[in-house]
Amino acid sequence: MTAILVDGVVYASWIFLVSVGLTLVFGVLRILNIAHGSLYAVGAYTGAWLVVRYFQPGMPLALSFALLLAGALIAGLVLGPLIERLLLRFTYGRDEVMQLLVTYALFLILGDLTKLIWGVNPYYAYAPYSMLGNVSIGNVPYPRYDLVLIGLAATVGIGLWLMTNRTRFGRLMTAVIGDREISTALGINVPLVCTVAFTIGTVLAALGGAFTAPTISVVPGIDVTVIVLSFAVVVIGGLGSLEGAALGSLIVGIARAIAVHRFPDLDLVTIYVVMVIVLIFRPQGLFGRAEVKRL
Amino acid sequence: MKIDPGNLRRLLGVVLLVAVLALLGLWLAGWTRFLLTVALGESLAVIGVALLMRAGLVSFGQGLFSAVGAYAVAYGMRLWGIHEALLLLAVAVAASTLLAVAIGPLICRYRQIFFAMISLAFSMVLYSILLKFNTATGGSDGMEVTAATVLGYHAAAKALAGVYYYLTLACFGVALFATAAYYASPAGYLARAVRDNEIRLEYLGASVSRETFRAYIFAAALTGLSGGLFALAVGHVSPTLAYWTKSGEFLFAALLGGTSSPIAPVVGTVVFESLNSYLSAYLPNVWQMALGAIMLAIILLMPRGLWSLYERFSARHAA
Amino acid sequence: MEPLRAILGEARSVSTPVLEAVGLHKRFGAVIACHDVSVAFDAGELVGVVGPNGAGKTTFVNVVTGYVAPDSGYIKYRGREHSGLTPRTAVTLGIARSFQHPQLYESLTVLENALIALAVKERRHASWRPLKQARALQGASALLERFELGEAADVEVGQLPEGRRKVLDIAMSFALRPSVLLLDEPTSGVSAAEKFALMDTVTGALAEAQMTVLFIEHDMEVVERYARRVLAFVEGRIIADGRSADVLGDARVRELVLGVAEGA
Repeated sequence: MTAILVDGVVYASWIFLVSVGLTLVFGVLRILNIAHGSLYAVGAYTGAWLVVRYFQPGMPLALSFALLLAGALIAGLVLGPLIERLLLRFTYGRDEVMQLLVTYALFLILGDLTKLIWGVNPYYAYAPYSMLGNVSIGNVPYPRYDLVLIGLAATVGIGLWLMTNRTRFGRLMTAVIGDREISTALGINVPLVCTVAFTIGTVLAALGGAFTAPTISVVPGIDVTVIVLSFAVVVIGGLGSLEGAALGSLIVGIARAIAVHRFPDLDLVTIYVVMVIVLIFRPQGLFGRAEVKRL
Repeated sequence: MKIDPGNLRRLLGVVLLVAVLALLGLWLAGWTRFLLTVALGESLAVIGVALLMRAGLVSFGQGLFSAVGAYAVAYGMRLWGIHEALLLLAVAVAASTLLAVAIGPLICRYRQIFFAMISLAFSMVLYSILLKFNTATGGSDGMEVTAATVLGYHAAAKALAGVYYYLTLACFGVALFATAAYYASPAGYLARAVRDNEIRLEYLGASVSRETFRAYIFAAALTGLSGGLFALAVGHVSPTLAYWTKSGEFLFAALLGGTSSPIAPVVGTVVFESLNSYLSAYLPNVWQMALGAIMLAIILLMPRGLWSLYERFSARHAA
Repeated sequence: MEPLRAILGEARSVSTPVLEAVGLHKRFGAVIACHDVSVAFDAGELVGVVGPNGAGKTTFVNVVTGYVAPDSGYIKYRGREHSGLTPRTAVTLGIARSFQHPQLYESLTVLENALIALAVKERRHASWRPLKQARALQGASALLERFELGEAADVEVGQLPEGRRKVLDIAMSFALRPSVLLLDEPTSGVSAAEKFALMDTVTGALAEAQMTVLFIEHDMEVVERYARRVLAFVEGRIIADGRSADVLGDARVRELVLGVAEGA
């Protein structure tokens, strides 16, 4: 039981880290970004590459984390504004499905781009993971690094909540989410808010990737699985809702942990089945708002 | 029953196209003819996707039905010992249609991104099932599909590819005509009406969900047939048919061709398949990137697809 | 009809009203958009609905046609109670509407819009015969001619000027041959020069078909000229209901709806 809970929370933290940027971007830009998984992959590559390149045995652990963070920031801050300004900007106001397809094209492009830059051979950045060692919870050893992930997810979640509810930018963002036209009329620089929000989303995707890197071998194809998982989480929680992404991650995390422990063949299926069930009973997701058109 | 003059014209058009392709089959080299067999079979799935797009529904999980069609053929052979291609294809169509009837009422409640996501979720459920239950499905290796008879005719191994070309062509012709007749029918227009304005449709007294359901079932049947043809022609089925990137390819091809005419997605598929083969052969490292760039160009510069070039051309000459 | 109405006064006719709203109530948050509205309409009436913005006129139409569910109250159609109405069931009963902002199939032509309305009316949804067959084309052309849209038949609706769009919107509802037709601001967005021509076309077509017509209207010239009975809405309530001249002459209506201060 404890094992299921711990595994569930660890998996939930990871998936929250990976998917929260997706829901933020959808909230502000109304674009469901299929390339979100690619941005995750780029973050993973950048982080892993920095660790492999600059981190030597004997150096302090904190440096490896700094390198991962730097990787995420570099990847996010470079790609975010670039993609939003040069591509997404031209799709605002168009059919949401067209926008979905634009990000699908972007997903195809970024996939090859990552291969061109980092090649097809795996990157191993296990150093931070193995240096931390294990910790015992109820006599079961768990990697300490998993606790780092939980802490990071909590920090990101709380940070985003504070940003949305306690800062000036958060209020501007909320206004843009509420009504784009009125925000423009009020003199809010909507394009800038969009650029910043998309960049934050990109940094979050890259951050998820960078801090996942030490736990996996970074190879081509990690983008594809992440994107469908993130979709499941944000659709369950309600597109555009921060609280929804948190709850959705917990549900998916626990559901998967139960499946892994009880029905190991069904771990993937479980996630999609949960998604389908939630959509049946709450089509707009747990925290989503249903919209009625005015006549 | 008297055949409508409009439908007669459509029938003649399809017969003409099939005749040209049949002659082409005599002349084409084996490898190219095989590519065309696969492309024509796949084009039926792309027609299905385009047909849904006309109703404003973007399916990111149409691979669900091609996988069901393909596995139906594989199981039909393995479990029931059916070796007649036409029967196997009937099983494929029946299986995908039944599945659509079962899940359609649920899926057709959704629009826009939600439709895309829930259709994706369903296809991923099937994908994970096919992958995990490897004792029954062969897991990631999939299953072999051996040679089938066509109308009782047992083709020699050497002639099989040719026989399958004409089998695919016949199915393609029937499906294309059915689609053309559907597009011209009230149901075909009502599907477009759903995309344009659901409120008006309900205020005319029609049911949006019933109209989308109709389109969904038709698309599923076409896609199931496509999957069945694929299984026969390639001789192998695997879970990747249900993976979401496969559905992404269908969408890409539909977008590339356009949705305004039943033949547009066929053009899209043939161009897509050629691009796919040549780009992956000549630009093995960047072909996905090239596909992505082409897709962007199409969406941003030619949102109605390649077929709109022909429409513009013919409109100018008619004027 | 008119002398009879004058004799009976407020009691109106003895036959069952074709449409009756009973205690309709609807609130949106703090706003009561429809406040205990009860009103009845007889067959063949031509009723103008006036009131300031936000008075609940459109909400009334939305509730009567099932787009918005009332918090309480119900409607009676030909004497029978109906609750849980949806636009589709309302239309099936015989209650249709037009829209302030025309709801049309923008990517299709005017003719195709008309053909679709007629095909649905004739329950040809599932037919494999083409939409554009000879008989259907005749019906659609006749419909368009009746509303003077014949020349625009092959124009894509997205390219149509606003006045024509309003007429097409009404024509599509008319094609359903409802017993009750509710028109939401038929002349808004139409130029002053065109508005009477539009109303002549519409009322001409409707009179032939003997429909009960309600039209929401801000333009008092139009109301005076076409409505025989007028309802005045203020803050979700009907504050006056009666013969056109009486309602428009009423002091409260003049103040609250027309913005004319008495004695000024």
